[in-house]
Amino acid sequence: MDIAATRLANAPTLAQRAHNIRRNALRMGEVQGQGYIAQALDISDVLATAYFHAMRYRPEDPNWEERDRFLLSNGHYAIALYAALIEAGIVPEAELETYGSDDSRLPMSGMASYTPGMEMSGGSLGLGLSIAVGIGLGLKRKASSSRVYTLFSDGELDEGSVWEAISSASHYKLDNLIGIVDVNNQQADGPSTQVMGFEPLVARLEAFGWYVQRIDGNDLDAVVAAFDAAKSHEAPKPRMIVADTLMGKGVPFLEQREKNHFIRVEPHEWQLAIAALDAGRP
Amino acid sequence: MKTTRPAPDLSKPRLTTSAMIASIASEGQRTKPAPFGHALVELARSRPEIVGMTADLGKYTDLHIFAKEFPDRYYQMGMAEQLLFGAASGLAAEGFMPFATTYAVFASRRAYDFIHQTIAEEDRNVKIACALPGLTSGYGPSHQAAEDLALMRAMPNMTVIDPCDAHEIEQVVPAMAAHQGPVYMRLLRGQVPLVLDEYDYKFELGKARLLRGGRDVLIISSGLMTMRALEAAKALADDRVDVAVLHVPTIKPLDAESIVREAGRSGRLIVVAENHTVIGGLGEAVAGLLMRSGVHARFRQIGLPDAFLDAGALPTLHDRYGISLSEVVRQMKGWLE
Repeated sequence: MDIAATRLANAPTLAQRAHNIRRNALRMGEVQGQGYIAQALDISDVLATAYFHAMRYRPEDPNWEERDRFLLSNGHYAIALYAALIEAGIVPEAELETYGSDDSRLPMSGMASYTPGMEMSGGSLGLGLSIAVGIGLGLKRKASSSRVYTLFSDGELDEGSVWEAISSASHYKLDNLIGIVDVNNQQADGPSTQVMGFEPLVARLEAFGWYVQRIDGNDLDAVVAAFDAAKSHEAPKPRMIVADTLMGKGVPFLEQREKNHFIRVEPHEWQLAIAALDAGRP
Repeated sequence: MKTTRPAPDLSKPRLTTSAMIASIASEGQRTKPAPFGHALVELARSRPEIVGMTADLGKYTDLHIFAKEFPDRYYQMGMAEQLLFGAASGLAAEGFMPFATTYAVFASRRAYDFIHQTIAEEDRNVKIACALPGLTSGYGPSHQAAEDLALMRAMPNMTVIDPCDAHEIEQVVPAMAAHQGPVYMRLLRGQVPLVLDEYDYKFELGKARLLRGGRDVLIISSGLMTMRALEAAKALADDRVDVAVLHVPTIKPLDAESIVREAGRSGRLIVVAENHTVIGGLGEAVAGLLMRSGVHARFRQIGLPDAFLDAGALPTLHDRYGISLSEVVRQMKGWLE
């Protein structure tokens, strides 16, 4: 085998990438003693697929014009995106231990001006899809083949502006926009479906003119297939992947823990969580 | 229990509501049509990165002129102001320069967080032009943006401009484009008064300009109140009151040097006149500046009250809230007694 082929053969599998992302996130959680770790664990398979299967980017040049854009609308998932950006080589691994600290480039809520590879400032929920509409329009103006991915959470479906964006993406036939909604059925005040019902979500989004797939967001094969289909679908429609996920995925005792928006992890549990994750290492 | 206003005296003659698109030009005044729309078209010919965006108010912000000239550079975002500004941020991120228009109430009140987070916080190069600033509609509080300057000047990274007339708007448009970063401009649309061309006036971003000197009073003003101030100065000259007018079209960043220099010339009454609530606009900005700079002077404000304003005919309302010519003159005479 030549060097390139050897390298490819030795490249981590997507499952290993997802594992590494979860591990990076847990290590950041330990630094800060807190964090939206249950969400980070649930979305790691989606992020592994985005960064190591679907998206076009150059780690050494996060502003490369030909890159695919990735918007983190749910800014509190920053711990997960940093974990992916570290795994992708966009953020140096050494910065992991600065997470949430003074002068860190990795603040608890994602902000564009802080972090390489962070394309928008989140925190205030429901902004991402509107920005994505503008980026999608801009990419088309430039006749760019890049795509704009936007990750947001089921709770954000409560925001009226999200539906403004959903209408307009369809109106402007933004087939370069791929939305991923994390349905972990948990928002600040409780289960998302109880806080403000959003089902039947697929039918709703289809009625708005989107190409929609609903998958188990923790089944890597299904996630890969969904990204592939979203990219190759031929209709001039924006695309949505509805990903049902399990909070705490990959760390059994956190999967079992009573579900909260901000899950409680005791100081001694971070190492236990990493050990539990490693026990299932692919 | 809900209470309503008393029934009107039906025997009295009355003016009708000026609705949303009343002209602020007085009868017989020289005007120019749609200065914003025409200036933007002119600029866009040499700036291909400029795009126009609106939220179902193209015709009411003079952006329809741009849309007609450059249909493929125009984005109708529907009656959705949050989307408008979020999408403007996205287009700016891709290197375009959106001019996004709506009414001042909708930008400053409904879409505030979107402008704050997706545009100002990220320092995106979005130009916001908003019609019906202050009290320029008789439609009621839903369309009266009495507090837009206070809200916009409180936002970091935001440049805020309150132009006086058509002559100035034509110059503000290219100046907005020349500035890198977000800008909020108060837009006068339709038949817009023409005043400053008589003063050999040139707009410069961040600069105040002394339009006339005077020994007794210094009026510091912005927007259409500069037009009122100039008229009041002429009227008061007949009473041998000598009034200076310092026009401050850039509300932020404030031209501290010019304001402190003019206000520091002792003995003059200082009056700040603005088409805006007296809370948080030019008046309080100037007051704070003078206090910090150690300038002590008799200081008065002409502006809208801290109240939900009435619906009605615009001339009636300008009288009622003290920003018509006759009311400006009357208040100043009272302070000079």
